[in-house]
Amino acid sequence: MTGNIGGLPPFLTLVGQPVTVELKNDLAITGVLVSVDQFLNIKLDNIKVVDEERYPHMLAVKNCFIRGSVVRYVQLPAPSVDTALLQDAARRERQQPATGARK
Amino acid sequence: MDSFQIFTTSTSLVDSVDKKLLVVLRDGRKLIGILRSFDQFANLVLQDTIERIYVADTYGDIPRGIFIIRGENVVLLGEIDEEKEDESPLRQVPVEDVLQIQREEMEAKVKREKTKHRMLSDQGFSVDVAEFGELY
Repeated sequence: MTGNIGGLPPFLTLVGQPVTVELKNDLAITGVLVSVDQFLNIKLDNIKVVDEERYPHMLAVKNCFIRGSVVRYVQLPAPSVDTALLQDAARRERQQPATGARK
Repeated sequence: MDSFQIFTTSTSLVDSVDKKLLVVLRDGRKLIGILRSFDQFANLVLQDTIERIYVADTYGDIPRGIFIIRGENVVLLGEIDEEKEDESPLRQVPVEDVLQIQREEMEAKVKREKTKHRMLSDQGFSVDVAEFGELY
């Protein structure tokens, strides 16, 4: 579904890293990335809700599954992303789009 | 491209089956129940479901029985940690009280939105009206 940037499936290198997922309803959750799938559904462990007081219902929740369709952003730790590799791959992708992509 | 499939992680809800879960829906409802089954769309079957309504530092429960939830309405599923739930600072109150307060809050909010909408329109702005019910 999503293209292979840098030769690996997306997010694979981030499993085990702390990330912050911001949802379309403005809820933001920080947690350790457990898994991601083809729909970009996300599972997080040891979650901490940003701005906890607004979301009392999340107090007793330690890990969660987030449906990919409601995600607005995924904030990654900067050291985890090889920006040079990403730039190279994006440039190559632009010159030679993978099958199915429009130029 | 397919050779990469074996490296793709898979997010399965199978570990959450038979567990007590919190389900947050797109319309803002919070359901708590035992997950019995799911599918690739995140359609869910919840048993012994209660709808919990939160107001300030209180909450009220409405027993709902068995729910089949269409996946597109699901925002997130959370595993409830029973110990942390016992430590909760929130008080449970009769559900009628909570519903009353919720009704009042909703009316106040609609009024505020209408005023805001009118003021913006008067200034020449075009305002997006949120889809009814999609309040998160």
